[in-house]
Amino acid sequence: MNLTLYVWRQKDAKDKGYMEKFDAKDISPDMSFLEMLDVVNEELESQGKDPIAFDSDCREGICGMCSLNINGVAHGPERATAACQLHMRHFKDGDTIYIEPWRARAFPVVKDLIVDRSAFDRIIEAGGYISVGTGGAPDANAIPISKDDAETAFDAAACIGCGACVAACKNASAMLFVAAKVSHLVNLPQGKVEAKRRVVNMVAQMDKEGFGNCTNYYECQAACPKEISVKFIAQMNREYLRSLRYKDK
Amino acid sequence: MALDSKVPSGPISEKWDKYKFDLRVVSPANKRKFHIIVVGTGLAGGSAAASFAELGYRVTAFCYQDSARRAHSIGAQGGINASKNYQNDNDSVYRLFYDTIKGGDFRSREANTYRLAQLSENIIDQCAAQGVPFAREYGGKLANRSFGGALVSRTFYARGATGQQLLLGCYQALSRQIAQGNVELHVRTEMLELVVVDGHAKGIVVRDMVTGEIRSYAADAVVLATGGYSNIFFLSTSAKGCNATAMHRAYKKGALLANPCFTQIHPTCIPVHGDYQSKLTLMSESLRNDGRIWVPKKKDEDRPPNEIPEDERDYYLERKYPSYGNLAPRDISSRSAKEVCDEGRGVGETGVGVYLDFSDAIERLGEDTIRSRYGNLFQMYEKITAENPYEVPMRIYPAPHYTMGGLWVDYNLMSNLPGLFVIGEANFSDHGANRLGASALMQGLADGYFVIPYTIGHYLAGTTPGKVRTDHEEFKKAEEDVKQRVHKLLSIDGNRTVDDFHRHLGRLMWEECGMARNEEGLKKALEEIPKMRQEFWENVKVVGENEELNQCLERAGRVADYLEFAEVMCIDALDRDESCGAHFREEHQTEEGEAVRDDENFAYVSAWEFTEIDKKPILHKEPLEFEEVKPATRSYK
Amino acid sequence: MQDVNAAPTTASMPARLLNRSIGKKLLMSLSGLVLLGYVVGHLIGNLQIFVGQNALNAYAVFLRSIGAWLWIIRAFLLGMLIIHVWFAVKLYFENRSARPIRYKRKVYQEATLSSRTMIWTGIGVFLFVVYHLLHFTFIVTNPQYSHLEDALGRHDVYSMVILGFQNYLISAVYLVSIAIVSYHLVHAAKSMFQTWGLNDTNFEKILRPATVIFAWLILLGYIAIPIAVLAGIVKLPEGVI
Repeated sequence: MNLTLYVWRQKDAKDKGYMEKFDAKDISPDMSFLEMLDVVNEELESQGKDPIAFDSDCREGICGMCSLNINGVAHGPERATAACQLHMRHFKDGDTIYIEPWRARAFPVVKDLIVDRSAFDRIIEAGGYISVGTGGAPDANAIPISKDDAETAFDAAACIGCGACVAACKNASAMLFVAAKVSHLVNLPQGKVEAKRRVVNMVAQMDKEGFGNCTNYYECQAACPKEISVKFIAQMNREYLRSLRYKDK
Repeated sequence: MALDSKVPSGPISEKWDKYKFDLRVVSPANKRKFHIIVVGTGLAGGSAAASFAELGYRVTAFCYQDSARRAHSIGAQGGINASKNYQNDNDSVYRLFYDTIKGGDFRSREANTYRLAQLSENIIDQCAAQGVPFAREYGGKLANRSFGGALVSRTFYARGATGQQLLLGCYQALSRQIAQGNVELHVRTEMLELVVVDGHAKGIVVRDMVTGEIRSYAADAVVLATGGYSNIFFLSTSAKGCNATAMHRAYKKGALLANPCFTQIHPTCIPVHGDYQSKLTLMSESLRNDGRIWVPKKKDEDRPPNEIPEDERDYYLERKYPSYGNLAPRDISSRSAKEVCDEGRGVGETGVGVYLDFSDAIERLGEDTIRSRYGNLFQMYEKITAENPYEVPMRIYPAPHYTMGGLWVDYNLMSNLPGLFVIGEANFSDHGANRLGASALMQGLADGYFVIPYTIGHYLAGTTPGKVRTDHEEFKKAEEDVKQRVHKLLSIDGNRTVDDFHRHLGRLMWEECGMARNEEGLKKALEEIPKMRQEFWENVKVVGENEELNQCLERAGRVADYLEFAEVMCIDALDRDESCGAHFREEHQTEEGEAVRDDENFAYVSAWEFTEIDKKPILHKEPLEFEEVKPATRSYK
Repeated sequence: MQDVNAAPTTASMPARLLNRSIGKKLLMSLSGLVLLGYVVGHLIGNLQIFVGQNALNAYAVFLRSIGAWLWIIRAFLLGMLIIHVWFAVKLYFENRSARPIRYKRKVYQEATLSSRTMIWTGIGVFLFVVYHLLHFTFIVTNPQYSHLEDALGRHDVYSMVILGFQNYLISAVYLVSIAIVSYHLVHAAKSMFQTWGLNDTNFEKILRPATVIFAWLILLGYIAIPIAVLAGIVKLPEGVI
């Protein structure tokens, strides 16, 4: 099939950027979306033109590197699917596809469709961990964890840190990302010890990074390739309420 | 050069404990003075960097991704082995050790493998403490499952994303150290040269992948945790960015490359479906616990699978290996799949694939149980192929997955270049000629959390901190080399794209140095590769410039290195005139097609020393001594 | 080792409410809850119009009779309104600046129209409140009502309301405004539970329909009054022009 692409081009962080039109020809429906871009890029390269820069790595939906806003939806039209696992069979011959980078003040564009998501790393650095050093851990079975708690923790921990929640949110809020980590850890006994400090610090960092505020649109969970639920945002709100008076001793 | 593995003497179960005591220790006050570079932030690199920082060393870490959390350890689905014996099924350190040695077809170093089995237990404890949400039983205890090549249930898992969860645990530990100022992390930064001063590894030269800036970093030791080189085949289960550049640069600076021909082909991947394909997707091996593998008995069968009656199906693994059946080790399963496809009994449009059928399991256990065990994998399969595996058997085919070969290291995980440590998939040490399922995660974390933090101290205690700085002439020289190479790549302006070369090389390697090799094919490849390399340097088209984010240039550099690396892989495969594990030389097989090892002549590690491009590297042999497990013909029947 | 986390953990409780996104959310929802309580209470009071002239006018006198308390309550409500509006505006501008470059294409998958238009329905509600106060409380827009008295010499609120709603234009303004208020409440009520962390597991399934029903009840309750007046169900007492 043949497609018309409108792709965001931006030389570097300072450039203003514009939408450029491309024709994608002879696209197989079995191709992944990124393979379709590979084909376009190889054609551009052989013409000596600058290929479209986009992030991808594992291409199996787990590393969270890919970050394309496809026809107005983060990661494209398929639910629970990262852009790398979206296949062209979901498009029709003659379709026009708009491809844009994640848009958020906290995710500045590096080049074309590549954005800088280091804000997420800094949020984790602010407290998204359990403070245990290597060694001296008790036997893994010493602390029983109910199957329910372990499953809930996993549901939250499934976050791949791609940033689609921010990209989809009308306010570019990072609440789902932060909530996923807060909930992952607070649902495990090991993570409860420093729960208050964690939520206070992570939320503070999230705000500092310039993400918007959550106004409960739930657009984030619709865009999340791992279908992380907004109930974790509710849980984080609860944790935050509990920690209002927390102070380091 | 005499290779000293530094394996300590004494009974195998006491070697590590006694050795640890003999290692020198850097005093707490002095640790701060030592600076360690860690390249790669996967399970091995991430855990090492975090552990060093906790000890008090100054650490600078690098990764090519935009975040340390994305390293390709994240892709491991199935699980991680540990000899906890929680299931009371008679598992033990010794049994895990034995299985690993046997699975590796007696081509790994006993002492390293035993240590790995010992440390496996600490890993699970450590990860549970970090908050890794392992699967649990209703009683709150950890759940286990069995995995390819093992008769006990010793695999710990977190749904189908064990690698992700373990990596996040170690990424979080690393993040904590970054926040405390103990680790300086550089993302989107690629190592392009190793700097060796007076025979010691003292730093690296990197390219900032956003600005193109070439920078040097000096340190007292360099740790490479840069993963494997499966992407040499172009199509593999590795992430697109995985590359052998760091490893290859170290090799060219004098580090020995060990057993490069030991590359594992994973049996359960989604088959190739077109020329445009960019990578292969692995379906966890755990599927083989309940799925049955078969092909039609008849050649060129054109009926759909559900219409082929039971007695016209060949469950070839169950037939050939009655005791292990569908759980036979990876190399054996993969090769059997290739055999039946070569006989013309392959399935799917391309005829390159076999069925993995769940209909019996669904009948026995119900669809819900199967969904709860493999739901996410089935979903992924359907997304990619648009076929529903609950109704139609999956189609699978082997694909390049893991590389057992890597830089040579001693018992300390230090290469022959003092100060250069190599951990995780990037070294060669623990898996011999074939890695068992769920052992890669185990090795990465054992190396990073529990081995190298001790052994690096031993090395550092004997050196003076901060001896070499980046103004040293070796750094200037290395930077100049990198700049010239980049400049050369950009100035060729030929007619063929980088991916075109890579695809071409990949196909050649897959055909001649893939699942089965023979002398004729390897010699042909060794003629082809230098030609391809020459054409690359004359006719490749690399667009853009250095001073920008240039993905074309990144790929070009990596492919340039693969074009050299491929040669030593083939040389090694040709030299190893026996079949062992994943290295199957067609000349050496039984009548039934089983690998025939030659312990008399090849019970050694091949460690290759770089000489010059277009010249054969020098082979150094580290003899393998088996004190505990007497090499025997592997039997999974 | 430096403690990079020193600053945030030492932030005081007011700072955690006023300066952090979740704190601001909490303040929005708390002030919103008070205003929502007022909307419900006010409706119950107003519905006395269906009981009759005496009941409504007596209610009005009762409200005035509590004297200082009335002013305290009014000040409190005003305070909540100010908090609600202040943070609404602040959040609106913060959220806008969180995405300085807009998408060329943007499709919403789950966000409801009600949730996406909160700022606009909010402005509508605010303008309505101002008009409503000028209309019936301070009697500025229609001063002729101020002289109305019933047989017992009380201010005749009952007749004032009926006279007001007999004007089609005024009734139309009220109908539209009440619809906007209700639409604002659809998202507000649901959102409140989420903000307080009460939206757990299956609660969502009950919550969504419950908030919609609640908004409908408010809508029907309020519009019943002008409709009843226009339909002639509630009539002016004898002797009022």
